[in-house]
Order: sequence, then C-alpha cells, then structure tokens
Amino acid sequence: MKFGVVTFPGSNGDYDAYHAAVEALGEEAVYLWHKDRDLKDSDVIILPGGFSYGDYLRAGAIARFSPIMSEVVAHAKRGAPVLAICNGFQVACEAGMLPGALMRNISRRFISRVLPIRVENATSMFTHEYFAGQVLRLPIAHGDGRYVADPDVVASLEDAGRVAFRYSAPDGSIGEADNVNGSVNSIAGILNESGNVLGMMPHPERAVDPLLGVPDGLGLFHSLLAGVAA
Amino acid sequence: MAAMITNHLHQKIEAQVALYRVPVQIVPRPGILDPQGAAVVGALKTLGFEAVADVRIGRFLTVDVEADSAEAATLSVQRMCEKLLANPVIEDFALEAPTVQPGGRS
Repeated sequence: MKFGVVTFPGSNGDYDAYHAAVEALGEEAVYLWHKDRDLKDSDVIILPGGFSYGDYLRAGAIARFSPIMSEVVAHAKRGAPVLAICNGFQVACEAGMLPGALMRNISRRFISRVLPIRVENATSMFTHEYFAGQVLRLPIAHGDGRYVADPDVVASLEDAGRVAFRYSAPDGSIGEADNVNGSVNSIAGILNESGNVLGMMPHPERAVDPLLGVPDGLGLFHSLLAGVAA
Repeated sequence: MAAMITNHLHQKIEAQVALYRVPVQIVPRPGILDPQGAAVVGALKTLGFEAVADVRIGRFLTVDVEADSAEAATLSVQRMCEKLLANPVIEDFALEAPTVQPGGRS
C-alpha cells in the first residue's frame, strides 16, 4: 500500500506519518507537496499535523486552498481513504470534507499529553482492528482542538455511528473532567458520511513505536492495510 | 444578457475605478463558546468592572479593494468573507461602509 503524505508550509507531522508508514508498517510512502496536483498513485492520503500557513486567519483555512487539496478532495469523493490528523483534521473541516470546526481549547492552553482515547466506531476501514469501547493511549498536541458543530450535525454524527473516538478516563468512562479540550460530546475523531475520511485530533502516527510508549496507533494503520489491500 | 452586463461593468470600471477600504468584523456566532472572551470577563471583574456581562473576541480586518462603486466593493468583500475570511460554522461577519482610499487608479 502506498501512503501519500501532504506537506504544507508549516506541517510538522509529515515526517512522523512517513515514518509510521515506512518504518513501522514496511509500506511505501511519498511526500506530496502542497503546490503539486499529483497524488502519485497513493492509496491512502494523510493530511498531517502541524501549523499549516502559521494557522493564520483560522487553523487550516488557507491550506484548504492549496492546489493539492482539490486532488485530495477528489480522492475522497472516489471513496478512497483520507486520514486527517490534528492540523489535517482542521484542514479537512475547512475544506468541507468533514462537518463542523475546531476551535481554541476550552482551557486556552496548548495541550501536549498522552491521553486515554476511547474507540467508538470499530467497524470503519480505519478502526476495525480495534474493538468498540477499547481505550487507547494516544498523544495529543494542539491548541485548537475543541470540536464544535451545530446540534443537528452532532446528532446525525452520533446516530450514524460517525463518532470514531472520544476523550475518556482510563477506565473508558466519558465525562467533562476528561474532555480535555471541551469538545462537544468529548468528540476526538469523526468519519465522513461514506466512512472513507477520518479526522482526529490525537496522533496515531506518533504511537507506532514501542520505544516511545504503547504503540496503540498501529491498529489504525493495520486496519487500513487489511481493509484497503487490493 | 450576461455579455451585456459584463460589457457594461467593463465600461464603468474603465471610467471610475477607485480603491475602497471595507472594514470587516468577524465574531463567534451566538451560542459558540469563546474561551478568550470568558478569560477577559474574569480579568475585568477582577479589576472591579463587576457590571461586565459578556465579552466576545473576534477579528477586525480592513480589505482594500478596487471597485467601480461602493456597492461593488461591498459585494466583493462579502464574497471573500463567504469563501475564506469567515467560517459560517462558527463565525458571523459584518461589513462596514466602504471609504475611498487615496492611491487607487482613477
């Protein structure tokens, strides 16, 4: 499987994503420059973390107009997988690939921690190697991660099982005490309507190497490998 | 019809293009939590401004745009807001009346 990792000016998670694909999974990966219009036959597109365009105006607002993004949107419309992590999630929301928006953390602080993340949907192409209710340990590193959307949008996400991950306590319970950035319904990750675009604030690509802690992000990549392999 | 309108506009632009400054206010939509505003409310109350009920923090932009009328300048900046400057999921925007700036082509 070939992973295409988009590099915007200000991306900083692109190397982590590349490393996860090549070193941890033994798969192929290529960097995709934001000014290019060629996805280089990538099977999975990763929109990585970082601060694209310095987060000017709003996080992700300017990156969405990069030439590569029209190709990424077309890739998603074909039903092919797009994994949007952290700043990538913000870009995907701004681009209309996912509903809602990501706003300043309720604490107003940048938060860089490894946290319990509960798997809500364990049937998607990104998550079927996990089980529903499984509590992962994944790093987050963001200042603008508070997921917001209109109540009817949130209801439709919940009803359709499109909430992929939630911030939780270590025992998997959900509550405001563990809702680290104040997201509506503790939402940490969502799927698009057809299930081929996943946006998430936690960093699975930074949790693939036992050297750096529990490699709980591997399950996400293994799910993709098992599900998308032609 | 479209061609006629385009032609008509083109003639007007050649006739009297000016540089308009359009002020834009962008604020969080009602109901959207604004943690920065909440922090400022707390600070103001600490300073003794007990009557403060709410503060909303947004963004103020001035966009200088060449147009053949104030109406055209406003319409142009409104489209910019819809496409990039504001995110309708979380923000409302309001435009103020354009003012003609020196330095535009005339």
